[in-house]
Amino acid sequence: MDLSPIWLTLKLAAITTLILLLVGLPLAWWLSKKRSLVKIIIEAIITMPLVLPPSVLGFYLLLAFSPQHGLGLWLQQTFNVQFVFSFKGLVLASIIYSMPFMISPVKSAFQQLPASLSQASYTLGKTPWQTFWHVLLPNIKPSLLTAVVLTFAHTLGEFGVVLMIGGNIPGVTRVASIAVYDSVEQRDYAAANNYSLILFATTFVMVLSVFIYNKYQAKSPLE
Amino acid sequence: MIAVNIEKKLKAYNGLQVLRIKKDFLPGGITRITGPSGAGKTTFLKMIAGLITPDSGIIKTNSITWFDAAQKINLSPQQRRVGFVFQDYALFPNMTVKQHLEYATDDAEWINRLLHIGGLDTFADHRPGHLSGGQQQRLAIMRALAIKPKLLLMDEPFSALDLKMKSALIADLQVLFTKLGATTLIVSHNPQELDGVSGDELEIF
Repeated sequence: MDLSPIWLTLKLAAITTLILLLVGLPLAWWLSKKRSLVKIIIEAIITMPLVLPPSVLGFYLLLAFSPQHGLGLWLQQTFNVQFVFSFKGLVLASIIYSMPFMISPVKSAFQQLPASLSQASYTLGKTPWQTFWHVLLPNIKPSLLTAVVLTFAHTLGEFGVVLMIGGNIPGVTRVASIAVYDSVEQRDYAAANNYSLILFATTFVMVLSVFIYNKYQAKSPLE
Repeated sequence: MIAVNIEKKLKAYNGLQVLRIKKDFLPGGITRITGPSGAGKTTFLKMIAGLITPDSGIIKTNSITWFDAAQKINLSPQQRRVGFVFQDYALFPNMTVKQHLEYATDDAEWINRLLHIGGLDTFADHRPGHLSGGQQQRLAIMRALAIKPKLLLMDEPFSALDLKMKSALIADLQVLFTKLGATTLIVSHNPQELDGVSGDELEIF
């Protein structure tokens, strides 16, 4: 069996999760504070991938980044970067597609922390950054872990978006979910079964671990 | 001395009401703040601490202006550095008793003294979730004192303490306040709570 789709999928999920962690944490923090119309609109856009058919999202990304015109052409000419049918494109699409899974739980967790926690830290002379790092972040750890694992698992499972923007190039854009589809099309059910089983087992173990960890945390959240 | 002359519109159940306070607090004095629920006692303390911005007016301590709406002066809570005891304690669930104090100060000797006064020596390694209500409240007071504030604002700081604990703690705190030269404002709903302790009184209604 060709294992390259599995490695490619894991690589894609790891890079996507890492970037979303770095981008998503400050974004979720910002969104969790005072609401405004701009924030509501941004939040709606971030949430769209949850309800939109992945093929629609993939189609628009394909249009936007097509090197024949507009943004795609500009990126190609200015930076010599091409997102369509490349691994970079998969990463970009996955970031957009999995963003709600990172932002939503982290944002809710920040909102549930009493405002007096930050205020107490400020009166002790601590900056917003020190407060974020020493007080807020440690107290949303279970939600952060949930967000990280869900983002990772969700990226493992994407199909429509990556197919649209990445196609099916072995070793470049053929991730596990596409390899399953491809194998079935070629009536290679054994290969399809292997890929499927690996994806199923991996995601199941990950989600189960988070549930067990958070159940343990819930028993003794302050320990 | 702390001179306060501020106004703030508050949203109340019966529409907007305006909180107006004009008062000078003597240095080193203890003032008890009373008034019905929802009158704005907590808001008043938070405005002095810089956590809520008044609509208009001035807050001055000695020669430093903390807030002046007309001149657009508004020092941050970090610059004002008041000791603040929150009504909900605002303890950090991730930190032990000792870590709370270490977060506020590097002075190990002072930390030990505060632990002792708060009766928290044996609980130094406990997190707030494993403390009783009274212990949590004492920790909130000690954390506020850890920065050796010149101004201490306490929002119902003794509500979870029994009578015996309360009088012992208040006696200890008075010694500390004198040593620190701290001016103290205490919101308290219990009229007898600070008998013989507070010199001054401010009623908000």
